[in-house]
Amino acid sequence: MDKLLKIDRRIIFVFVALAVTIPLLFRFKMAVPPTRHVISMYDKINALSEGSHVLISFDYDPSSKEELQPMAVALLHHCFKKNIKVIGMTLYPAGTGLAEKAIKQIGKEYGKKSGEDYVFLGFKAGSSLVIMNMGEDIYTAFQKDFYGKKTVGMEALKGVSSLRDIDYAVNLTAGGIYEAWIVYGREKYNFDLGVGCTAVMGPEMYPFIQSNQLTGFLGGLKGAAEYETLIDHKDRAAAGMSPQSVVHVLVVCFILFGNFLYFKSGRQK
Amino acid sequence: MNKSRDIYILFFILIAFFIVSVVYLSFGWLDIWGDGLGIITAAAVTLAMYSFLYKDNPVFKIAENLFVGVAMGYSIIIVWFNILKPDVFEALIVPVFKDTGKAPQYTVIVPTLLGLFMFLRFSSKLSWLSRWSFAFIVGMGAGIAIPNFINAILLRQLEPMFAPLYTGSFWGTINTLLVLIGVVSVLFYFFFSLEHKGVIGGVSVIGIWFLMIAFGASFGYTVMARMSLLIGRMQFLLKDWLGIIQ
Repeated sequence: MDKLLKIDRRIIFVFVALAVTIPLLFRFKMAVPPTRHVISMYDKINALSEGSHVLISFDYDPSSKEELQPMAVALLHHCFKKNIKVIGMTLYPAGTGLAEKAIKQIGKEYGKKSGEDYVFLGFKAGSSLVIMNMGEDIYTAFQKDFYGKKTVGMEALKGVSSLRDIDYAVNLTAGGIYEAWIVYGREKYNFDLGVGCTAVMGPEMYPFIQSNQLTGFLGGLKGAAEYETLIDHKDRAAAGMSPQSVVHVLVVCFILFGNFLYFKSGRQK
Repeated sequence: MNKSRDIYILFFILIAFFIVSVVYLSFGWLDIWGDGLGIITAAAVTLAMYSFLYKDNPVFKIAENLFVGVAMGYSIIIVWFNILKPDVFEALIVPVFKDTGKAPQYTVIVPTLLGLFMFLRFSSKLSWLSRWSFAFIVGMGAGIAIPNFINAILLRQLEPMFAPLYTGSFWGTINTLLVLIGVVSVLFYFFFSLEHKGVIGGVSVIGIWFLMIAFGASFGYTVMARMSLLIGRMQFLLKDWLGIIQ
């Protein structure tokens, strides 16, 4: 009993590693039923007509890439498939490379051209001030795109002068920047906003959903997997759901086992 | 004894990694002229970071410091090419010394100076100038944030609280009722001016239950997030590096 209570944590790590690796090696199919908030975001984008503008703010860095990059990829697939013009940007300097890679790679798959079918504006410092600047005039906030092309007169931005003209905005976030998008963006300039966030931040989104300040949200890898299911393009996130389920069962078993030992030992300190 | 065992383990892993990399590159399974070397580097750093799970070691320390250095270097380059070069260097400095056909944007001087003043924190004689920058940031930040946050966070969040209890459906009504009980009881729990006894004590106990359920949900989401990161890295190792899974 005492030995089990003082088990080497590395044994638990081995169990977790196996719980993740084995389902990845021997794949078994798992249904990923989309939830209400993911469907809301999908419906919103799906209802947009060709040539509409969707703004995606890639506000994350490599430390949260595993959760948020699959979301970005799934959203870009959906937008490009529907011939929606994508406006990409980031408020995180370290997120620039990831954002550019995703938008360029997926754009290439659909034969989209930078400046015509999409624009990547790059990074701008100042978070809330940048959002407000974009709310007044998008061309003063970003005079040039990431590649140095002038944004004025750009085909991808035709019909857009400020955030008010955006048909839908999605903030993919790994931090508190989503609040700035709600406070200084959505509330001031009245556009529809959705959020894709890390799972840790998931519970924070529900009050904003309830107050209709957000039109849908994707929470963590599961949110990305649900979106992949909806657009019928199952990729990394959907593949990650079987190890996710197995490892969750393992964690529950560990919690139950730990509690059982704790009570069995007479709650010794 | 343990130390020498750790050194053997470290050398074994390094040699195994080197052999795998050479085999993959020589058989063309990883493209040396494409992203092969990048994938091998990423795999090496991933394994180095996870080596901490065994115990703290020099390989982990190298990878950790490498991450900090690369992240900082990358951020500096991005800031230079996205902000400083187009907004300060090309807008203000270049037109002053060279005829570019554009007039220098002298309005950029004020924010640039305020930014430079921040670095004067390192000077004992001139550090007082950095207070101007901080005063500007705090004043402007508070002026912008306070009214907007009161409107968008406080007032807009209160709105659902005043919605009719009966929503038209049974479960919708239950949901609204739960939100109402949750908010009121948690507010009672954080009301410290009265002793938590009798009715107030009972209501605050309900508040504690709501808080515990919220913490549990947060913890569940956190476990999911951490495991997602591990799954992502394992997918990278098994798919992009070793090519075992498709």
